Amino acid sequence: MIIILTSKSIGENKGSLITSGTKKRPDGRAFDEMRPLKIEAGVLERADGSAYLEIGDNKVLAAVYGPRELHVRRLLKPNMAILRCRYNMAPFSVGDRKRPGPDRRSVEISKLTAEALNPSVFLEKFPRSTIDIFIEVLQAEGGTRCAGISAASVALADAGIPMRDMVAACAAGKSDGKVIMDLSEVEDKEGEADVPIAMMPRTGDITLLQMDGHLTSSEFEQALDLAIKGCKTISEEQKKAIKNRYGD
Amino acid sequence: MLLVEDKQIVVPGEILAEGDYHSGRGTFKEVDKICSSLVGLVAVRDKKISVIPLQSKYIPKRGDVVIGKISDIRFSMWNLDINSPYSGILPAAEVFGKDKRELSRAFDVGDVLFLRVVDVDEVKKVKLGLKGRGLGKFRGGILIYITPTKVPRLIGKKGSMINMIKDQTRCEVVVGQNGIVWVKGKPEMERVVQKVVKTIEEEAHTSGLTDRIRDMLLELLGKNDNKDEKTTKEEDDFKEELIQ
Repeated sequence: MIIILTSKSIGENKGSLITSGTKKRPDGRAFDEMRPLKIEAGVLERADGSAYLEIGDNKVLAAVYGPRELHVRRLLKPNMAILRCRYNMAPFSVGDRKRPGPDRRSVEISKLTAEALNPSVFLEKFPRSTIDIFIEVLQAEGGTRCAGISAASVALADAGIPMRDMVAACAAGKSDGKVIMDLSEVEDKEGEADVPIAMMPRTGDITLLQMDGHLTSSEFEQALDLAIKGCKTISEEQKKAIKNRYGD
Repeated sequence: MLLVEDKQIVVPGEILAEGDYHSGRGTFKEVDKICSSLVGLVAVRDKKISVIPLQSKYIPKRGDVVIGKISDIRFSMWNLDINSPYSGILPAAEVFGKDKRELSRAFDVGDVLFLRVVDVDEVKKVKLGLKGRGLGKFRGGILIYITPTKVPRLIGKKGSMINMIKDQTRCEVVVGQNGIVWVKGKPEMERVVQKVVKTIEEEAHTSGLTDRIRDMLLELLGKNDNKDEKTTKEEDDFKEELIQ
């Protein structure tokens, strides 16, 4: 009976391989395993701060300019700096060429990245100025918003901007009936739910929490725990990346 | 309880100490923990912990001497870019006194000046002045931009580092507290200074820097002489070939 069910589920989900032991995901990862991660700080010459991040096949570049003078008077805040963010996907970052320029998705991600990073930065130290963040997705394979936030936070630290903590972001979700960490593109598209979160690991404050799809409350708890675990792993890598820059 | 060592590199959010310590520059206090807010080096003095940043922007302070570039001319003042989140203004009265003269005749857009910060008000308007010894307009030379926190390292103890560079390269070197360095000398010497200043910026957090920079300077200058000789010799050879 069980064998019949398994073969049926294989027939439905083209992405999943034949199950063997605990490794049950299309790319052979365990349910709580992240894709290989690489972060490098200070990669751009002309930016005040920058970072390059790879997670799986995602390749993301983040640049920070500022704090610098703000000429748009209506945006200026007399008691603090403002944080502006632009998330952009390169036309060659996905399989089918993406039309260049901002679209609904990238405008949403730009806004949410700025809001995820906002609580971490001591904006009140630079009144009447702006900090600009540019996130460029060079190659996308699911989870670029989290990759973007993690990279941007390293870039902010690299720019010497005072922060409460470095923000790390990771997603969890449900695919093929299982709650898993760090969804790949296939798992995101064919899966049941995606929960990206961003947090400050030291305090445990969550600065971004989204969910798309359906999860029961216990599954949600599981997913959140997995995502938090992922954030902590990423946070360690972020710290290493900054320290590596100065040969420590 | 201290959790880090003196001169250790820390990252934002790293816990530096718990309990009976004071929070200095580059740190903040959360309940009873002292945390770093910057990427920098820890400095512990008695019970006070601070973090010296490795990268920063210049925040204007009254009394600082800075180098600025004229970015705009208005009715009665110049606007200057001083490598900071806040641009500076130089009122015409600072230059002309009570006389009324055309501003662009004195300084034009793109001119580089050595100035003093006269006042910074609560809306971050940075008033600059030219009254003081050595202040005024630079003619010729090149500008090098470094992180303002590394200015003390470039100057060295009682000017040891900067004087060494000046003596070795026979260049005029002026350092503004906003991280702009003006250099004037022979073009090849200017390039040597630029290279050396950039190295100091990169390696500012390491020890024994002055000695290494001295070696680097000697090497660069020595090499330059050799290279010049070689090129002239090659040119001579080339000329001889042409004649033949």
